[in-house]
Amino acid sequence: MEHGPEPILSVRNLKTYFFQDEGIVHAVDGATFDLYRGQTLGIVGESGCGKSVTARSVLRIVERPGRIVEGEIILRREQPNGQTDEIDLTKLNPDGALMRAIRGKDIGLIFQEPMTSFSAHYTIGNQITEAIRLHLKLSKAEARARAIEMLRLVGIPKPERRVDEYSFQLSGGLRQRAMIAMALACDPGILIADEPTTALDVTTQAQILALLERLQRERGMAIMLITHNLGVVAEMCDAVVVMYLGRVVEKGPVRQIFHNARHPYTQALLRSIPSIEAAPRVKLPTITGSIPHPYKRPKGCPFHPRCAHVMPGLCDVQTPALQPVAEHQEASCFLYHPSQ
Amino acid sequence: MTDQSKEILLDVRNLRKYFPIQKGFLRRVVGHVRAVDDVTLYVRRGETLSLVGESGCGKTTTARCIVRALKPTSGQILLRGPDGVVDLAPLPKRQLRPWRRHMQMIFQDPYSSLNPRMTLFDIVSEPMLVNGIKDRQTRMDRVAELLQLVGLRPEYMRRFPHAFSGGERQRIGIARALALNPSLVIADEPVSALDVSVQAQILNLLLDLQAQLGLTLLFVAHDLSVVKHISERVAVMYVGRIVETAPTPTLFAAPKHPYTEALLAAVPKPDPDLKGQRMLLEGEVADPANPPSGCYFHPRCRYALDLCRTVTPQQEEVAADHFVSCHRARELTLRGVKRT
Repeated sequence: MEHGPEPILSVRNLKTYFFQDEGIVHAVDGATFDLYRGQTLGIVGESGCGKSVTARSVLRIVERPGRIVEGEIILRREQPNGQTDEIDLTKLNPDGALMRAIRGKDIGLIFQEPMTSFSAHYTIGNQITEAIRLHLKLSKAEARARAIEMLRLVGIPKPERRVDEYSFQLSGGLRQRAMIAMALACDPGILIADEPTTALDVTTQAQILALLERLQRERGMAIMLITHNLGVVAEMCDAVVVMYLGRVVEKGPVRQIFHNARHPYTQALLRSIPSIEAAPRVKLPTITGSIPHPYKRPKGCPFHPRCAHVMPGLCDVQTPALQPVAEHQEASCFLYHPSQ
Repeated sequence: MTDQSKEILLDVRNLRKYFPIQKGFLRRVVGHVRAVDDVTLYVRRGETLSLVGESGCGKTTTARCIVRALKPTSGQILLRGPDGVVDLAPLPKRQLRPWRRHMQMIFQDPYSSLNPRMTLFDIVSEPMLVNGIKDRQTRMDRVAELLQLVGLRPEYMRRFPHAFSGGERQRIGIARALALNPSLVIADEPVSALDVSVQAQILNLLLDLQAQLGLTLLFVAHDLSVVKHISERVAVMYVGRIVETAPTPTLFAAPKHPYTEALLAAVPKPDPDLKGQRMLLEGEVADPANPPSGCYFHPRCRYALDLCRTVTPQQEEVAADHFVSCHRARELTLRGVKRT
């Protein structure tokens, strides 16, 4: 997909740590990536890789004892006069007026759990209307009309009736559609979708993915899609960021990541997924060991204890940085840039 | 792949399980949820049959009826034991006891299925204790042997489950299930709670164990790519009924039921070059408390005829080991998944 010259969101060397009694968890440990207008960027990784904390850091909703300790998150907003202004979100007060104005207005969010992300005490319409009236100067009646319009847009049948229903009256798929309607109600430039289809069945998942694609085409928003499902990434994304234990190990255009991955972790991850197209009852290549406990983070490259290409004396001592390995593609591995 | 000469170990015929819907002060029964509605399947000795379907289709209820954790409403569950075939469905609790050791379960969530206050030795040896193997040394030897079999060190038997990762816990659950040399192992979503890199390890372990011990496996899952890797035959369920059963290669390459086709098409393929080949299944899964008339799938089926709205299709054998419940099974040519 085509994208503008300037990223709408730039994350630079982001570090979000959780300060707990037992020690410090480096949930995000130096993540760097860009998101462009109209682009879908996939952030993939297994549990504990920091993909959700990255999203929460962007929205400044990291819960205590978590804290952004370093880095920049630059949001570029278009002003009514045609100029763009740059805001470093890490410098803002998370509870301040500006951050609250950005949340929902410039950046929308879809959570994984459609069940828990709506309140059961208010109707769907009530909650969508609240978000609309908070950010746009509309009367109650106008906001309600817009909420109904949004529900229609995301393909909810009979939106005039559904708007007065409660979240528990909707099925999982419809609830996720309502969630999308709420996230898009104020026409944000960026949509962060944190595992938007993980709790859904495959046929419902296909419906929701098609909906997100259509809405993106119509509105030109940028989507940051956080998922562990590589199939979803292949179908939806233009570019991919692969994370492991809080660090970006590889990033690049989706075709290059899937057909020409360079980092040993990306390669191993792609090989180990069971594919619907593979021959049946053939053993899968696996990654040895399991993801380390967050307190027992390996020294050096976080992947070295499980890596097949580990170079003793280098990988377990020094931490590799992201370096170009191909056009638009970067990886953090000493295999490609041994002398740092 | 499927060896038709092998004897049939488990033969389930017309299994039904209805749950009553009660209402009001007197708990009047106002209807039934038809969780399992006429399921017929068989499993041969030493093979893996997978039961797939979306959430709420009754696959777990079927599995729980087979191990008689639930009492079926009607139908037969014929299990071949050392001294002949017995119908488990009508047996009362007491008479079931000697049969329980022949059927063991592996559960979905490795975090809640192991008692945190018991050591590995206690957990894995409990089935032996229950079945009259009282001698401690015998049990210790057997536990050591089992732990080795599933890829854990025997020294670990004094430890508690919290010391292990998700994948290792699932191995413990497998060791427990194998403790009594059961003739049938029922695995209910054994890998869906695990990360992809660990998922592959557990799938490989199950394939290995089957080759070593000649295990018979009934594998309940929702992920079609996992199912393809593990099974010799696959049964697809929709709203309490089995719509298609076929040898794995046939089911994936040339499905005969429109629901199977839609399910295969909905799985996101981990290859960006296949983008945009999605086929959408509209609408939602039918309500098992109030299923549609005729074929339960007809409101969502693109090939539906008037006949489908009124007459319930019967299961028929269109080829060896290939059963389909569809009026148009013999005339339709449906799209499967390309082999790569």
